[in-house]
Amino acid sequence: MAAGSVEDRMSAEPSDVVVHLVDAVAVLGRFPALAGVTLDVTRGEIILLQGPNGAGKTSLLRLCAGLLPVARGAAEVLGVDLTLDRTAVRHRVGMLGHTNGLYADLTVTENVRFWGATVGATAGEVHGALVRLGLDGRLADLQVARLSAGQKRRTALACLVARRAELWLLDEPHAGLDAAGRDELDATLRAAAAAGATVVVASHELERAGALATRVVDIVAGQAGPS
Amino acid sequence: MTRGWHIARLVAMKDLRIEARSRVVTNQVLPFAAVVMMLFAFALDNDSILTRVAPGLVWLAALFSLLVMVQRSFAVETADGALDAVRVAGIPPGSVFVGKSLALAVQLLVLEVLLVLIAVVLYQVDVPLGGLVLLVTTCLLATAGLACVGTIYGGLAAGAKGRETLLPLLMLPVVAPVLIGATRATEAALGIGGASIGEGWPWVGLLALFGGLFAAGGTFAFGPLIDE
Repeated sequence: MAAGSVEDRMSAEPSDVVVHLVDAVAVLGRFPALAGVTLDVTRGEIILLQGPNGAGKTSLLRLCAGLLPVARGAAEVLGVDLTLDRTAVRHRVGMLGHTNGLYADLTVTENVRFWGATVGATAGEVHGALVRLGLDGRLADLQVARLSAGQKRRTALACLVARRAELWLLDEPHAGLDAAGRDELDATLRAAAAAGATVVVASHELERAGALATRVVDIVAGQAGPS
Repeated sequence: MTRGWHIARLVAMKDLRIEARSRVVTNQVLPFAAVVMMLFAFALDNDSILTRVAPGLVWLAALFSLLVMVQRSFAVETADGALDAVRVAGIPPGSVFVGKSLALAVQLLVLEVLLVLIAVVLYQVDVPLGGLVLLVTTCLLATAGLACVGTIYGGLAAGAKGRETLLPLLMLPVVAPVLIGATRATEAALGIGGASIGEGWPWVGLLALFGGLFAAGGTFAFGPLIDE
């Protein structure tokens, strides 16, 4: 795909490169999930991954989260070489798939406090996360089971903020949200990127996610290219 | 406090808070255990036999109730993908294991107190003062072993298809040593069948060994068990 040796390209990267993949190959069972992806993402970017079902968007997110092993090629996320230790990056990455990872019987505050406490977040940081996502009012003491889909998603994002996630990997984040919820989500992601987080979104909602993204990357048959 | 213990405490407190909020154990598991004890009484329908087999029935009811508790403990983790989020967040799996085992152990101990009380009332079992230390030690060690095994197999079955039926199939054979050891030790503590208190302590040793092995194994193996 790209020219030059893997070693040359790895050493040439500046420090604000958050994701640096060179011909990265991932395998699920006997089938290739990613067939040699080369991609750089810099701090503060909002990247939209677009492509048909089965193209490898979710696999790419999972690889960046350290959940999918790198079979071949080079993969560095937040300065961690995933070919050496893919678990070391996990506490700095936040991934949201089709589920929110919330406890329905706990309140919004209790959920955010729990996830924040896993990285030693202070009460001030937890409160800051709630404020940033507009969850500090009457919603704060509501059980998650009583929230709307959009409110649950905002709570999940507040957990990422409290966890101090530097790289947000979101798989179809607009799914199941109404128009107001989608607007809230987009505003949240823009604010997160402005605050220094890097956001990678896999979505089929090209118009909405495309307007949100600073860059669009096509994923076709497990390979990445500019849109 | 190390980060591992801090997270174990967080997980345990979170599980206990969820239970306090949802009251599944108090409103469903404890009544289930009481019903099982009553059904044993109906089935055997003989006071002397009931008194003789009471320790075994208490621990059998505890095992059946444990299955429900373990399924509940992991249902809250899988309902909205929280277990996946735990993996993604890089939370030490050994700490998750310890935290969930502790929460399960607290709930089991409450259950065991209820079961012993039911045995005293329904099966006319006497609890001699001299056997109290042995009885409490037996309950603590058996609980530790059961909680550790429950957490290991709960985590293993959490991502599997048909986990509701898979869990008993996997777990019950493994906890057979606890059932045997705890029953023999409880018989000795209560002086049932002419057993003396001294006869119970070797069984306590077995329970300690079992609990220690599964606590150590779970702490190290829980990560690969819940990982892909």
